[in-house]
Amino acid sequence: MASADITPPRIDDDFPARLPETGRAPQGSDIERKLAATWESQPGWRGWLSTVDHKAVGLRYIVTSFVFLVIGGIEALIIRIQLAQPDQSVLTPEQYNQLFTMHGVTMIFLYSLPILSGFSNYLWPLLLGSRDMAFPRLNAFSYWIFLFAGIFMYASFPIGQAPNGGWFNYVPFSGPMYNTGPNIDVFALGMVLLGISTSVGSANFVVTLFRMRAPGMTINRVPILVWGTLTASVANLLVVPSVSLAFFLLWLDRQIGTYFFDVANGGKPLLWQHLFWIFGHPWVYAVVLPAMGIVSDALPTFCRRPLVGYTAMALATMATMLIGMEVWIHHMFATGLPTVALSIFGAASMAITIPSSVAVFSWIATIWLGRPVFKTPFLFFAGFVMLFVIGGLSGVMTAAVPLDWQLNETYFIVAHLHYVLIGINVFPVVGGIYYWFPKFTGRMMDEKMGKWSFWVMFIGFNVGFFPMHWAGLLGMPRRIYTYSSRMGWDSVNMITTIGSFAFAVGVLIFLVNVAVSLKRGARASENPWDAATLEWATSSPPPPYNFAVIPTVASRHPLWEDRLNEGGARSNLTEGMLLADGRETVSTSPIDARPMAIFKMPEDSYTPFFLGLFISLVFVGLLLHWWLFTAASATAGAIALATWLWPREELAQRATTQGATHG
Amino acid sequence: MADIRPAACRPSSAMRRLTRLTLLGGLTFASAICPAETLHAPLNYFMHSFGPAARPTMYLGWVLAGISVAVGFIIAFLLIMAVRRQRPTAGEREIGREDEGMQWIYMGTGISTCVLTALVVYSMMVLNAVAKPPEAPAVTVTVTAYDWWWKVEYDHPDPAQHIVTANEIRIPVGQPVLVKLKSADVIHGFWVPTLAGKTQAIPGLVNQQWIQADIPGRYTGQCTQYCGAAHARMGFEVIAEAAADFEKWREAQRQPASSGVAVSEDSGYKLFMDRCAGCHAIKGTDAAGPHAPDLTHLNSRKRLAAGLLTNTPDNLMDWVTRAQQLKPGSRMPSIYLSEAEGEALSAFLSKLD
Repeated sequence: MASADITPPRIDDDFPARLPETGRAPQGSDIERKLAATWESQPGWRGWLSTVDHKAVGLRYIVTSFVFLVIGGIEALIIRIQLAQPDQSVLTPEQYNQLFTMHGVTMIFLYSLPILSGFSNYLWPLLLGSRDMAFPRLNAFSYWIFLFAGIFMYASFPIGQAPNGGWFNYVPFSGPMYNTGPNIDVFALGMVLLGISTSVGSANFVVTLFRMRAPGMTINRVPILVWGTLTASVANLLVVPSVSLAFFLLWLDRQIGTYFFDVANGGKPLLWQHLFWIFGHPWVYAVVLPAMGIVSDALPTFCRRPLVGYTAMALATMATMLIGMEVWIHHMFATGLPTVALSIFGAASMAITIPSSVAVFSWIATIWLGRPVFKTPFLFFAGFVMLFVIGGLSGVMTAAVPLDWQLNETYFIVAHLHYVLIGINVFPVVGGIYYWFPKFTGRMMDEKMGKWSFWVMFIGFNVGFFPMHWAGLLGMPRRIYTYSSRMGWDSVNMITTIGSFAFAVGVLIFLVNVAVSLKRGARASENPWDAATLEWATSSPPPPYNFAVIPTVASRHPLWEDRLNEGGARSNLTEGMLLADGRETVSTSPIDARPMAIFKMPEDSYTPFFLGLFISLVFVGLLLHWWLFTAASATAGAIALATWLWPREELAQRATTQGATHG
Repeated sequence: MADIRPAACRPSSAMRRLTRLTLLGGLTFASAICPAETLHAPLNYFMHSFGPAARPTMYLGWVLAGISVAVGFIIAFLLIMAVRRQRPTAGEREIGREDEGMQWIYMGTGISTCVLTALVVYSMMVLNAVAKPPEAPAVTVTVTAYDWWWKVEYDHPDPAQHIVTANEIRIPVGQPVLVKLKSADVIHGFWVPTLAGKTQAIPGLVNQQWIQADIPGRYTGQCTQYCGAAHARMGFEVIAEAAADFEKWREAQRQPASSGVAVSEDSGYKLFMDRCAGCHAIKGTDAAGPHAPDLTHLNSRKRLAAGLLTNTPDNLMDWVTRAQQLKPGSRMPSIYLSEAEGEALSAFLSKLD
């Protein structure tokens, strides 16, 4: 690799006394050992509770949300048994209603975004050449709240009182008049709790992108996954307050006696639909854009060429979300709103197709112009492109207002949303796990089982979900616990049930593959796929400090530079800033990634866990009306927060001598 | 289904088996969805429409579905070609150039945008065509959704002429009919797919939907907005008949129950007044319960329990005694009746025509 400019960069004027030392830190050198000792978490349960390492947090997110995926999947299979034939009574209507609600809640809130947060938490600092996220403790806190919120929302499931209003939980059905049990309170409080996790996690991503990139990782060099997660995070910061507010108002209506949604007292049921979908639609993009980013970054590795149209793809990512903010009414076409308003929202919904086609043609061109390597991840990504197109096309059909008056609330929508959520989220996620598994664990996954898992999942998925379009066109409404044979939906439902079980078998093969490969997979090198991005420049799995020296980046493809005919500078991954005085990393300027400051990163801490726990207990107290308990938990939480924020000496700048050398 | 196997890569026997399975699956799928069953699916709005509020939408559906299938095949073709096409040999470690391929995005997005713009215009034209009836509706029906049935009212300036019925909307053929939609409890969805799209019935609002049937017949409707336990069993029917028949029906419905109904010595009548009249009303008697379907002309209706059962005397008594088994969660309790009581009530109910 050609040498790069590694003169110590000028650091922010606030710290004139300190210039970072530069040098090399090969494996086994003193500096490397010092870094390892500094960044390592304590062994045992102490380290497990206190770690703030983004890699640990990311993997926890991935594992936890996958557990939720499996739970939600089992719920779906029970639903499919009930619907396999007409007039069955495997489930009572109430059991069915709780199951489909929990299936939706689990998949949409507890799986689809958290899994992507997991990928992004794990990968961002590695992709960006940093040693951690901007706020590592906030990151750990975000995970704990997510975990507790998930458990909270399932707390009433065993006693048969799970949320039963559907995942969009329309009032007045979910209001105090028509839903008297704890079911909806659990959902409402759980959603407010989960909103805390999503919001702090999103803030962390935004700040990380703008301050935590390696020198030279300019804004037009960050991987598309980063664009996807950034876009999702900005959107979440804007729209999660809307849903948190909606659920909080609903809880007030139910428990305190307010009338926000109570018609008899001047409340408005449509207010709920607006507040929910103002959040709900951008959320749909939040749970697919990072997954599309996974494909945009990983597919090129298997095509042996860079992504076609990086800039177009980054812009399309943001355009999708920008338009996605103005389409929530397409969930409300049948509510009697004026047709002029409907036309505008219908046209905006169709316009989403434009950035989507940028993405599709970019992926196809990447495969066309590349030399595909037929490994398992490639199959998942190529299969994803087809599912993305099918889900997009059915989306166009539902965007046409008059046609949506027919399609809305039928199985056509169920088909559409599963093509979108499974096709654009689950397939990239599973492909992404196959791709990054060696980085996560240091071992490769089994290829043979991998190909089997793809084909069984892909065929099972299409057999299961494609006929749902047809069921919708035959008029089958959503959320019915059974149907009569005279409706003509018998065979289509039987096929769907068979397909969904086949799909489940595919997922099972994948899980077996994970379990087996964890123990017996072949050892992975640093860069087993010969990929281009920075996460492959460090060992598999990465050391706790990620990079012994902070990389200096000169292009979008630091590991392919010598083979891409790009002129100019070369990235330097072996020599650079060492930053070994405690946990440190470099902070750079938002656009062109010039070094600006040395960030002192926090040590491991129990406070994120305890703050998360106490906040969750506040919600438990609110749910059970244990007001004293609530107050006690809030006080404990305040103490935990004070401990967290207490100024600490070790975070101050200590090294003051210029050019100090390390032995 | 896209087969994205590589040309260069020799398929393993497992892969070959899977391909065969795919083909087999496709064939099974095609034969299993037999047209006999689906053609006559009563809510099949994709292939049937019987009025001007539904027909333009059906054509829009065909055009959009056609374009979607075509685009799906084009993309599948491109994807398979992209995967399988012959490539010049290259070194193991060679990496393609970054700056090529933009014409794919320009072409693809350009064509998509043109098609899309046309579709936006077309769908707005359809919207315009189906949003409002071409002429002022001659008949107005007020439909109020309840958990889990539909109250149907035909207003008349004279309250005595006001018609209240349930789960069955009669309309004159060939004329637009305005349906005013209300809800008594939660949000429901009013949908007669072969006549028009759906509209939510929202508490506190009066929504409007117009329907028109061009040929006489029975058109099935269904609640489409999830509304709780018996959402699946919340159907109804629109019955379109010639104007003269409709007028005859309307005249009959305006009448109170016949004088032979309210006979205080009749044990069936007494039973009804004791056990049923708290919820159900019969015009011309003291039964005035407002919570459940008006039974004045019960036997003029084709179906029972919001579309669940055909209206026969046996089904009716089955419904009265086993409502909770037939429609779990329904507001109608299963009513225990001795054999004598059952016969008396049945005889009484048979007079409600």
